[in-house]
Amino acid sequence: MTQSVKRYNQNIRMVPAPSHGIIPERDLNAAPVLEARHLGIEFGGLKAVEDFNLIIGKTEIAGLIGPNGAGKTTVFNLLTKVYQPTMGTVMINGHDTAGMNTVQANKLGIARTFQNIRLFGNMSVEENVRIGLHNQIKYGMFTGILRLPNYWKEEKRQHERALELLSIFDMQDMASVQAGSLPYGAQRRLEIVRALATNPSLLLLDEPAAGMNPHETEELMANIMKIRDQFQIAILLIEHDMNLVMGICEGICVLNYGRIIAKGTADEIQSNPTVIEAYLGKKKEG
Amino acid sequence: MKKLSKSTVSNIITYGIVIIAFIICQAMLSAGAMTRSLRGQLIPICVYIVMAVSLNLTVGVSGELSLGHAGFMSVGAFSGIVASAWLASAFHLENTVVRLILSMIIGGIFAGFAGVIIGIPVLRLQGDYLAIVTLAFGEIIRNVLNCLYISVDGRALHIAFSNPNIPGTVILNGPAGAVGVSKIATFPMAFALILFTLMVVLNLIHSRSGRAIMAIRDSRIAAESVGINITKYKMMAFVTSAVLAGMAGSLYGLNYSTVTASKFKFDTSILVLVFVVLGGIGNIRGSIIAAALLTVLPELLRAFSDYRMLIYAIVLILVMLATNSPVIRSMFDRMTYRRRPGLPEEKQKGGAAE
Repeated sequence: MTQSVKRYNQNIRMVPAPSHGIIPERDLNAAPVLEARHLGIEFGGLKAVEDFNLIIGKTEIAGLIGPNGAGKTTVFNLLTKVYQPTMGTVMINGHDTAGMNTVQANKLGIARTFQNIRLFGNMSVEENVRIGLHNQIKYGMFTGILRLPNYWKEEKRQHERALELLSIFDMQDMASVQAGSLPYGAQRRLEIVRALATNPSLLLLDEPAAGMNPHETEELMANIMKIRDQFQIAILLIEHDMNLVMGICEGICVLNYGRIIAKGTADEIQSNPTVIEAYLGKKKEG
Repeated sequence: MKKLSKSTVSNIITYGIVIIAFIICQAMLSAGAMTRSLRGQLIPICVYIVMAVSLNLTVGVSGELSLGHAGFMSVGAFSGIVASAWLASAFHLENTVVRLILSMIIGGIFAGFAGVIIGIPVLRLQGDYLAIVTLAFGEIIRNVLNCLYISVDGRALHIAFSNPNIPGTVILNGPAGAVGVSKIATFPMAFALILFTLMVVLNLIHSRSGRAIMAIRDSRIAAESVGINITKYKMMAFVTSAVLAGMAGSLYGLNYSTVTASKFKFDTSILVLVFVVLGGIGNIRGSIIAAALLTVLPELLRAFSDYRMLIYAIVLILVMLATNSPVIRSMFDRMTYRRRPGLPEEKQKGGAAE
C-alpha cells in the first residue's frame, strides 16, 4: 500500500497531470479515487476512445454524457478492465491497473452496473447480493461442504449484511423473490446493491435511470446522493436523462466520437457551444 | 425452531428418497424377493447415480459440457483396483471395508488429478472447448489403459508400458484389463457413497463457492465484475466432479472380477449425460431418479427380448417429450418448491428510455 502510494507520488512529480479533475479543489492532498490518463483503445485501427483524461476525487459524483455511440460504455469497460487499453493508464486509489483483469480491478475498489441488466436471474434477490459479498465475507470450499461452525457464522453474517444493503432501496422484503421476476426498475436497483456489496470506493453506473418513470428517477437521484453520503464513495454515471445528470452531478464530462469535448459543472456544460453542437448540430450561418 | 428454507426442504426430500429406496432394497434383499439379475444391478445403479449427480455438477451447476466423464470413471476404477490389490499384498489389509474406502479415496485422488491436468488449460477458454477436450481425454485414457501392465510383488508395484513381462502377480494386463480383482464392493458402501456425493454436491451448491459457480454460469461478465475468480471456481466444480466420478469408478471396478477399459467407452459418457439431461439439467434429484430408472429399464425390458432397445429408445423419447411439455412442467412446478411469490406487474421495460 505505502509503496504504491509512494510510486504514485513519484509519478506525479515526473509527469505532471495533463488535465485537472472536474472539481480540482476537492481532496487535493489525497490520491484521487480514479485517475485516467491518455486512456485510449483501438479496435483494429478504429479509435473507439482516444486521449481520455479524467480525475475523480473522493465522494465526487461525476457524469459522463454524450450522443449515442460516443464511447461512454467503452470507457466503463476500459476503467473496469473488461477491455485492456491500448494507450494510457488507469489508476484506482493510486494503484496502477496495468495488466490487471476485471477481478483485480474490482478488488482495488471499482464496481459497476450494466446498461443491459446482468443479474443472476434464476437466483433470489438475496443470493444476488450475497454473490456481491463474495470477497467481503469469506469461507473456504471445505468449510462449506462440511458445514463447519464457520459456515453457519459467515452465512449468518452474509444474510444480515445482504438485508442491510437491500434496505437502502427498501428491498429487504423482496429478499426471497427470484431476481429475474422483479420489475425493471427494481432490477436496476438490485444491480446497484450488488455492486455496492463489493465495498467499492468508486461506483460506475451505466444508465441507472433507463426505463424508469419520472417518479422513479426522482427517487433514484435521492438514493444516489444517499449512497454517496452513507458509503463515502465516488460515483461516475452514464445517463441520457439530463434532469438526473444536471441535478446531481457535481462535474460532467462530455464525450463525442471517443474524445472529451468538454468538462465542467452543469451550468458550464449547458452553455458550452461545442456540447450544443454535438447534441443538436451546427447552427446554420446567416 | 426457525422455519426451514425451501432449499433445505428440497434437500431433505432428496436424502429421504435415497434412504427410503435403500431401506426397501435391503428389506427385499433379506426377504429374498429380488431377482438375481436385479441384485447384480444394485451396485451399478448406485455407481450411475453418483456419476449422474457428479456430472450434473459440471453440466448443470457450472454450465460446462463435459463428454469424458467415463474417462474419470476409468481412471478411478483402475487406480482403485491397483490400490486395493497393493494394499492387500503390501500391508495384508484383510478388512475389506477399510480397503474399499481407501481404494475409493485413492481412485478419487487420481481422477481429481486428471481433472486438474485437463482443467488448467481448458477452463481458461470459453465455449465448446471443454466438450472437445474431455471427449478426447476419454478416448486417450482408454487407449493408454489398454497398453498399461501393472503387477504387484510384495510391497513393490511394477508398472510397464506395452511390455507384459513383469514380475509378480499381474493386476492390470493390458488389453485384457484388470484380472483377478477381489470383489469387495458392497451395496451398503455404494449407498454410503451416494450419501457422500449428495452431501458434497448439495452442500457445495448452497455455499459461497457454489453461488460463485452458478454466478459464472449465469453471467460470466457480471461475476467477474463483482470479483469472482472465474478459473478458480470453474476448476473447483470440474475437479470435484472428477473426484466423485473417480470414487464411483473405484466402486464399479471392485464390483467385478475382470474389468476392461472398453467398459468406459464414449457410450458410457453419453449414457451418463442422458441421465443428467433427462433428469433435468441442474436438478440433482432428477439425476438420481433418471439414473436409477434407466439403469434398471433394460433389465425390466428383457421380456421383450429383441425389441428391448427399441422400447428403451421409445421410453427415452417419451420422457423427453414429457419433461419438455409446458403442461406437465407447470404441473411439476405447482407440486414442488419452485413456486415463487408473485409480484404486482409494475411498469415493464422500455418506457421512459429516450
